[in-house]
Amino acid sequence: MNIVVCVKQVPDTWSEKKLDPADNTLDRGATDPVMNEMDEYAVEEALRLQEASGGEVTVLCMGPESATETVRKALSMGADKAIHVLDPGLHGSDAVATSLALAKAVGTTSYDLVLLGSESSDARMSVLPAMLAERLGIPQLTFAKEVTVDGSAVKIKRLTDDGYQAVEAQLPAVVSVVEKINEPRYPSFKGIMAAKKKPVETLSLGDLGIEAGDVGLGGAWSAVESFEAAPPRQAGTIVKDEGDGAAKLAEFLASKKFI
Amino acid sequence: MAEILVLVDHADSDVKKVTLELLTLARRLGEPSAVFVGNGFDSAKDRLAEYGAAKVYVADGDDMSSYLVGPSVDVLAKVLEDAGSVAAVLLSSGAEGKEIAGRLAIRTGSGLITDATDVTSSGDGLLAEQQVFGGSTVVRSRVTTGTPIITLRPNSTAPEAASAGADRVDVTVELSDAAKGARITDRVVEEKGERPDLSGAAIVVSGGRGVGSGENFSVIEALADALGAAVGASRAVTDAGWYPHQHQVGQTGKTVSPQLYIAAGISGAIQHRAGMQTSKTIVAVNKDPEAPIFELVDFGVVGDLHQVLPALTDEVTKRKA
Ligand SMILES: Cc1cc2nc3c(=O)[nH]c(=O)nc-3n(C[C@H](O)[C@H](O)[C@H](O)COP(=O)(O)OP(=O)(O)OC[C@H]3O[C@@H](n4cnc5c(N)ncnc54)[C@H](O)[C@@H]3O)c2cc1C
Ligand SMILES: Nc1ncnc2c1ncn2[C@@H]1O[C@H](COP(=O)(O)O)[C@@H](O)[C@H]1O
Repeated sequence: MNIVVCVKQVPDTWSEKKLDPADNTLDRGATDPVMNEMDEYAVEEALRLQEASGGEVTVLCMGPESATETVRKALSMGADKAIHVLDPGLHGSDAVATSLALAKAVGTTSYDLVLLGSESSDARMSVLPAMLAERLGIPQLTFAKEVTVDGSAVKIKRLTDDGYQAVEAQLPAVVSVVEKINEPRYPSFKGIMAAKKKPVETLSLGDLGIEAGDVGLGGAWSAVESFEAAPPRQAGTIVKDEGDGAAKLAEFLASKKFI
Repeated sequence: MAEILVLVDHADSDVKKVTLELLTLARRLGEPSAVFVGNGFDSAKDRLAEYGAAKVYVADGDDMSSYLVGPSVDVLAKVLEDAGSVAAVLLSSGAEGKEIAGRLAIRTGSGLITDATDVTSSGDGLLAEQQVFGGSTVVRSRVTTGTPIITLRPNSTAPEAASAGADRVDVTVELSDAAKGARITDRVVEEKGERPDLSGAAIVVSGGRGVGSGENFSVIEALADALGAAVGASRAVTDAGWYPHQHQVGQTGKTVSPQLYIAAGISGAIQHRAGMQTSKTIVAVNKDPEAPIFELVDFGVVGDLHQVLPALTDEVTKRKA
């Protein structure tokens, strides 16, 4: 079974994120980049499925030059090879455009399963897996807390608001995972050394047959008109409980008409 | 007036509050029509009429709820095709609403905006407001291609009644192969108590590792019940198995935006904040004065939650009596 696993490079969750006033996109220079945490779980799941049923694991990442670090990390965890979609024309792509580039890149491989994280920590849209399935014309099994492949069928438990749904489909399919699914491994020293020799194919828009006008800032189907810092929260009142903490808190809640 | 489609979020015909919010918002932007996918329209009709749905497009039949996401995409695409000029499609920002929106955007060649907190008419179009980076930045955007498809966070608009006909318009669709790709074979409800639903609740009381054990969660539940609130939890709690995962608030749990959020024994890690930072009023009880959650609060108590919460519960019960 051949698996493509999509990983995104994002600003470290702890670093402060800003928009670049020049073009209203994320100011990536202002932050330390890391692999989107949720995608580590997707890579781990890909490796576990490979251990069970063979085949190849290909990492797919669309992002700037610096995203090679994220690609290397996935390879050092154990993936076999990688595709890095890299083109200055992709800067400012929205989810619609990103799903186009990822779908075209997936199309260059022979795949049975496409694995993704269920959310990127910067965009936080949770739409790419569904959009990718739409573009590839294959089933989507998203928000999986458990995945099993049984012959040509794939089954997941999809996390829902009040429990889970059992969902099944025929391969090939798109699966996105939540962090309950496994515990990602750390790259070993051997893995890190081996990753340096693994093939990374870099694909441009031209290689993928994508028109420049369909992606990037110019190709986006929605546009940021303006942004501003939210009004700062008023510094709150903090009291130390000296037996009267509850009474003071109740007073506050009453003043706000909650009780 | 231009037609605005609102996809009804319902569970077995029980219409979720967020749908009433979307209908209220849609009335400010144009003429709201609801789209009801699945069985049970008859018992939902009155609610939809009460909140101003002039028309309801109905696609029923068992097939509509047998597959993941796909059927709603097919139905909305068909309504868009038949209705001609629709000014926008509004959906709830839940996992499913966003997935339907994403696929519909691609299917119809339309721009998509997710997690909006408001939409207003502006110029000859609609302007959507979002709060990003944990609420630190407000962004206004508009869809520039196709029909704007916008998902809205629950609790962004106060629902206001305004009666209308909710006239049924049947939609007949032959589900596409794409819609029938992922079959739902089982639905497991792990726990559904009497408390309000976390995503839409006006008040949420959440407990973290500081609660100490699963049994101790009764102090959180007691306060929640006194306030008529939903119960939330940090990941430390759901990982330890003290409380079910569906109560987790945060990056990998639910995003809530209630009028009041009370965090007890929660340190305020960035991943937790991601799910509650846009709450209107935030209160924390934590014994560590340095806990990062205090950076967010409107009111904080430095103290032991096992002392403060039960006393607060008594006080609330007394004042409400
Ligand atoms: C990919 C990823 C996703 C994540 N997603 C989420 C998510 O969705 N939601 C989430 O919550 N976390 C998430 N986390 C985990 C997050 O980083 C924190 O580990 C978690 O939020 C900590 O939970 P906590 O605040 O309950 O525990 P702790 O950080 O251990 O804090 C416990 C707090 O309780 C206080 N306390 C202890 N005893 C008492 C007492 N008797 N009275 C009052 N206060 C007391 C302590 O002072 C402390 O501040 C995620 C992490 C990762 C890596
Ligand atoms: N630029 C990208 N390159 C590769 N994978 C991506 C990219 N953007 C998003 N993804 C994948 O899509 C998932 C969901 O992202 P999102 O819809 O942005 O929340 C992520 O967890 C990744 O697996």
